[in-house]
Amino acid sequence: MGAILTVQGLTRFFGGLAAVMDLSFEVQSGEILSLIGPNGAGKTTVFNLITGTLLPTQGKVLFQDHEITGSRPYETTVLGVARTFQTTSLFYDETVVDNLIVGYRCRTRMGFWDALFQTGRSREDERRCRQKAEEILEFIGLRERGAELARNIPQESQKRLAIALALVTEPKLLLLDEPVGGLTEEENISMMALIQKVQTRGISILLIEHKMKVVMNISDRIVVLNYGQKIAEGSPQEVGRNSAVIEAYLGAGYSET
Amino acid sequence: MMVLFFQQLVNGIMLGAAYSLVALGLTLIYGILHIPNFAHGHKYMWAAFTSLFLVVNFHTNYWVSLLIAMVVLGLAGAGVERLVYRPLRNVPHINSFIAAIGLLLALESLSLIFWGADFRRFPTLYDKPIHIFGVAITLQRLLVIVGAALFIILLQIFIKRTWLGATIEAVAQNPEGAQLVGISIDRVSSLTFGIGTALAAAAATLIAPIFLVYPTMGSMPNLKAFVVIIIGGMGSIPGAVIGGVMLGLIEALGGGYISTDYKDLFAFGALVTFLTLRPMGLFGKGVR
Amino acid sequence: MNRIGGKWIILAIMVIAVIVPQVVTNKYYMNILIMSGIWSIVALSLNLILGYTGQVNLAHGAFFGIGAYASALMMLKLNMNFWLALPLAAAIAGFFGFLIGLPALRTRGSYFAIGTLCFNIIVTLIVDRWEGLTEGARGLMGIPGPSPIPLPWGGEITFKTMATQYYLVLGFLLLTIFVLRRIIQSLVGRTFRAIRGNEELAEAVGIHAMRTKLLSFTVSCFFAGVGGVLYASYIGFLSPEITDYHVSFDALIYIMIGGVGTMAGPIIGTLLFVTIPETLHIAAEFRLLLYGLILIVMIIYLPRGIVGWVKDLRGRKGKQEVSWEQS
Repeated sequence: MGAILTVQGLTRFFGGLAAVMDLSFEVQSGEILSLIGPNGAGKTTVFNLITGTLLPTQGKVLFQDHEITGSRPYETTVLGVARTFQTTSLFYDETVVDNLIVGYRCRTRMGFWDALFQTGRSREDERRCRQKAEEILEFIGLRERGAELARNIPQESQKRLAIALALVTEPKLLLLDEPVGGLTEEENISMMALIQKVQTRGISILLIEHKMKVVMNISDRIVVLNYGQKIAEGSPQEVGRNSAVIEAYLGAGYSET
Repeated sequence: MMVLFFQQLVNGIMLGAAYSLVALGLTLIYGILHIPNFAHGHKYMWAAFTSLFLVVNFHTNYWVSLLIAMVVLGLAGAGVERLVYRPLRNVPHINSFIAAIGLLLALESLSLIFWGADFRRFPTLYDKPIHIFGVAITLQRLLVIVGAALFIILLQIFIKRTWLGATIEAVAQNPEGAQLVGISIDRVSSLTFGIGTALAAAAATLIAPIFLVYPTMGSMPNLKAFVVIIIGGMGSIPGAVIGGVMLGLIEALGGGYISTDYKDLFAFGALVTFLTLRPMGLFGKGVR
Repeated sequence: MNRIGGKWIILAIMVIAVIVPQVVTNKYYMNILIMSGIWSIVALSLNLILGYTGQVNLAHGAFFGIGAYASALMMLKLNMNFWLALPLAAAIAGFFGFLIGLPALRTRGSYFAIGTLCFNIIVTLIVDRWEGLTEGARGLMGIPGPSPIPLPWGGEITFKTMATQYYLVLGFLLLTIFVLRRIIQSLVGRTFRAIRGNEELAEAVGIHAMRTKLLSFTVSCFFAGVGGVLYASYIGFLSPEITDYHVSFDALIYIMIGGVGTMAGPIIGTLLFVTIPETLHIAAEFRLLLYGLILIVMIIYLPRGIVGWVKDLRGRKGKQEVSWEQS
């Protein structure tokens, strides 16, 4: 199949500092590609550049061969790129199911007048939102927690909900920023299973993660960044043997769990 | 023609100095505590009444009453921080803004109750005009310019050269780091609020003799001070100075040449322009 | 409210509201109720942009005033009928809301609050100084009330008595509640709440933040205009003070005390603040002092207001927290 996401010569300066420098890579359709590197290597910046939260100083982002460089986040989401955030982002004052209902809004057409006159279209759209929310709740394993407030559920469930929120927008590419951050060994395993389950749905995944065990286990390919530049790319085995990578990590230190 | 221009220029600078001085305390508080202290203008008003009260009822020396007003209002400012803003430190800043609105209403009404709604004159020894190059300016107005410059310099020295000033700067730049090295955020907050309010008190005592003193006198300077710090960049001291002078000049020249009726409009028009085009101000940090 | 008990309470309140003019004949109290109705519309409309969408708009008084002045000028100078002037004036208020929202909503949090406040001041200044249009500080007088509605079976409904004027305001209040409720409970309302909760996240799930905020703001200003028209027509006289930002502050206080982000909150807050001070005959300065102190205490200890407090008592655990637009 082809590349679902292509990043070409992506560069972003903050003042005089290059957070990302001349970065190029592809995410193949259907694969799980992990983006790794020591802290401060620019990984979240790459996500922000892809989704449009940040504008690149130079370079291009192509999604399904269409250029999306500099599009706003709501545009890229509608096109099919969804993401989670490093610090779990949810609508904390809403219930779990309400979080997901509003997440599907971007796939509905109703407007103000539909709402005012409760047209057929508005009722249909609301039904579809609710249906989709329930479906994703089931998929993600949070059905029993549907009526709870997002701020009251345990941390691991919150991380699942964040992924669910990205999934409910019907993405073709999912950007996950440290999905197992702060989770226990057991929780890592169930999260990994979830991510693989997402892949079986045909969704391509670009993953940022520090925990090497998870990365090695789950990735089809890996791209390694250091100081905003790509220093290695390949299968987990290849990257694991790469001396530049080992050097980058020995210097900075990393988590083995 | 030229004389008119210079007259307006001088007026503008005086106005600018006044605005800068009021804005100085405001930007200090915002830069450190990220609290838009919307009640700033009403503390300014209370300072004016305090020094007026001392001068009229106790015949205190003008400069002594300025110092006393600074101390009294400084302590009151620290007290307000403790009672009103500190409980709101960990919730969204907009809640502090609403609390400030409540404070503003309370201060204004207390002033109406205590002092009544009458407009009062602040007697001063410095109201004789002097003439420089054909431009007339009263000594009091000159004092405002000199006083503003003096306080700006003193503030800079305090922040950069004293230990207390360093703790304030540390908290502004990195609150967690500052706590790690043992700096008490509580103490710094109270101190900052105290200093900011004292600066407003100084501004009030210097400016009050030029205009009148009355309970709602603080509303306009409050809003103008916010215009200044938005133009200059919230939290920036040089921004407060430059923003203040810019605003003063815009008002004086706009009011003099275009229309006195709508002169306040220029200030708010400038604000709307900046908010639209450059919300972070001249010296603030940008986004995206 | 989705408990059966809740539905009966609402029904009881409606019945009482309808019966009131038959029981209360004292003009003074009727006046208070009518004013409460008008201010409730103002508070409810502000709650849409402030409580549900999380943007602290301090220009509401300006839009109230624009609606009031627009309708008064149309009725006085163009001899327009009230029933035509009302939707037109409200639309004008909404339109100005849209225009102001375009630049203003690009700012957030305190910047937005200050910016809108300054806009309010600009409007008051213009209304005060542009005497050719608004008669300035002299004010507009002799604003007519609603013209009679002919009935299909002969006769007509006139709006000369307190009772009929009460029903007029009550009617519009119910209409406002009905419309706002529909919007808030729809998907559109959910997007408002998403913006309030976390604007960046809302954009990440495909919601166009600017368009959403603009819609909320425009509708809010439209209904502020409705309130303005009712005010102008009821009082019969307008002066620039009614556009003043103190109107915005008042509406803010009613909402915060009653309960921000709820439908009942603004109404309860308005009723409390309009009826109690009037009946207690407190001097203006002391009333202001009380407002200020209550606002401070409420925002620190009860940020979700009375309704929020009651909801928490009834069972939803968790601290009182308000989710605002983060700045």
